Amino acid sequence: MTTATAPRAARIGAFVPALLLLGVFFAGPLVWSVYSAFTDVALTGSASVDFVGVDNFTTMWKDAQFWNSLWLTLIFVVGSAVIGQNTLGLLIALLLRGRGKAARALVSGLVIAAWTVPETVAAFCWYSYLHRDGTLNGILGWFGLSQNWLYTAPMLAVILANVWRGTAFSMLVYQAALNDVPPDLHEAAAVDGASAWQRLRRITLPLIRRSIVSNLMLITLQTLASFGLIYVMTKGGPGNKSSTTPIYMYQESFQFYKLGYGTAMALVLLVIGAIFSLIYVRLIKVDDL
Amino acid sequence: MSETIAQRGAPPPGTPPQARAGARRPRRTRPTADLTAPGRGPTRIAVWIALLAIAIAFFLPFLWLLVASIQPGAALSARINWTFSFRNFADVLNAETVYRPMLNSLIISGGTALITVLAATFAAYPLSRYHSRFGRILMYGILFATGLPITAIMVPVYTMYSRFNLTDSVPALILFMAASSLPFAIWMMKNFMDGVPVELEEAAWTDGAGWLQSLRRIILPLMVPGLTVVFVFTFVLQWGNFFVPFILLQAPESQPASVTIYTFFSTYGQVAYGQLAAFAILYTAPVVLMYSGLSRVFSGAFSLTGAVKG
Repeated sequence: MTTATAPRAARIGAFVPALLLLGVFFAGPLVWSVYSAFTDVALTGSASVDFVGVDNFTTMWKDAQFWNSLWLTLIFVVGSAVIGQNTLGLLIALLLRGRGKAARALVSGLVIAAWTVPETVAAFCWYSYLHRDGTLNGILGWFGLSQNWLYTAPMLAVILANVWRGTAFSMLVYQAALNDVPPDLHEAAAVDGASAWQRLRRITLPLIRRSIVSNLMLITLQTLASFGLIYVMTKGGPGNKSSTTPIYMYQESFQFYKLGYGTAMALVLLVIGAIFSLIYVRLIKVDDL
Repeated sequence: MSETIAQRGAPPPGTPPQARAGARRPRRTRPTADLTAPGRGPTRIAVWIALLAIAIAFFLPFLWLLVASIQPGAALSARINWTFSFRNFADVLNAETVYRPMLNSLIISGGTALITVLAATFAAYPLSRYHSRFGRILMYGILFATGLPITAIMVPVYTMYSRFNLTDSVPALILFMAASSLPFAIWMMKNFMDGVPVELEEAAWTDGAGWLQSLRRIILPLMVPGLTVVFVFTFVLQWGNFFVPFILLQAPESQPASVTIYTFFSTYGQVAYGQLAAFAILYTAPVVLMYSGLSRVFSGAFSLTGAVKG
């Protein structure tokens, strides 16, 4: 065990800068959001802010647009993170296992490149890629399938863009997890006549179970509040066809000046995030800390 | 040489193929992958086709960016018209379009990363060195905070900032960004610090060094890789951060490139796609260079291992 020689005051003192920052700029807005979700604060600059109780939440409950946004957020999270990034990341990690250096460098290099590119640039790439005159239509034109994707299928467009951008994270997580799977187990199972699919299902997946669950939690949390990518690509449109809750929250707050209402929505997103975060924290073993 | 390896049995995973070839019992030279039974022709070909398709699918969205940037008068299609020039780059390389926003980005991301690394180092020290119930609870709290969707609270942050007249203040923006980066930074930093043996410090303590001295003289020099990872990670993340400065900074002259490039896109984007692509490449280059530099120095998934312990 550690021998503690530093005085207690110094130990606490070391926390002070971090605690100050977290207290004022992290916990502060959280507490503030709980307070202002129950007010009618607006962007019009009027000094009088009234306490309106649960009005914002009853409005939200009756607001079809809000439910639509929540539904689209669910589609976005499940489609791009849980199904898209997670499955593709695992697939790439599996396919790359045991390949030569060049193949690994090329494929994971491209996947990671998509991840490194800033959000706005990723959005431009996909905006042009899916545009009427874009690259994808140039290719699909040979098969007569070209169309204006950002109008005909906005959700599919933003989901594909987010899969492209986020897969690297899952891939890296699974590459690290697969490295810890002992190859002997596979060889033994292969000798016993287990097929590749059986080996995957009965040996690999159970062994990397913990990585799968924590990866799912982390990418869900990263995707839940995704704003920039969708906003730059579609602005939530056409109409409200790709207006997920963060986009709708932004529009209500800053285009319709209903900051109190926007904050109430922020609180809902925060509570959903907090639930996933709690599940994630519970997955981490105490002795890991 | 080949005799000793044969006697030892299975070679360790990192052994070069030539060394393995000497083994008496023929063994597979590569670890078995689940979906790819080794040696069977059709499966191997299918795997290569799948990998090629993935590589192409990930490359295609970049194509327009690369092509349009070097074609004057480029449109949204990535069709090549065989006239190449760097005119797009020359057109955007001026104070208003590229230099000032990039400088703002540098100040904002650099300031945030610096404050984050400093505060995280101090906070990580007691967490790593003194194991207490309080510390454990705090670590759980920090881990929980890393999961909270920060972008969700930008509306309340805005109302709070406008109440205290902090909107359009770059220092206030940096402090918020540092605070939101801190939970993850403390988490990573604590894991890195755990890797520095306490014994080294104990020797310093017996020589009469205080905790601040032993932190500065012993731990920090041994933690340079960890400090670099946390700094670069925070920097890269904030360099790309669009939503936070988009909400908190209205004055164009203090906005970072992540925001001005969007303004450029929505105002001139429809006519100047080539310039937009050139701007995007200039804006992307620093983070790609930093990231590939980092992963060259440390092996690929290194920066993540501190984050995701399965």
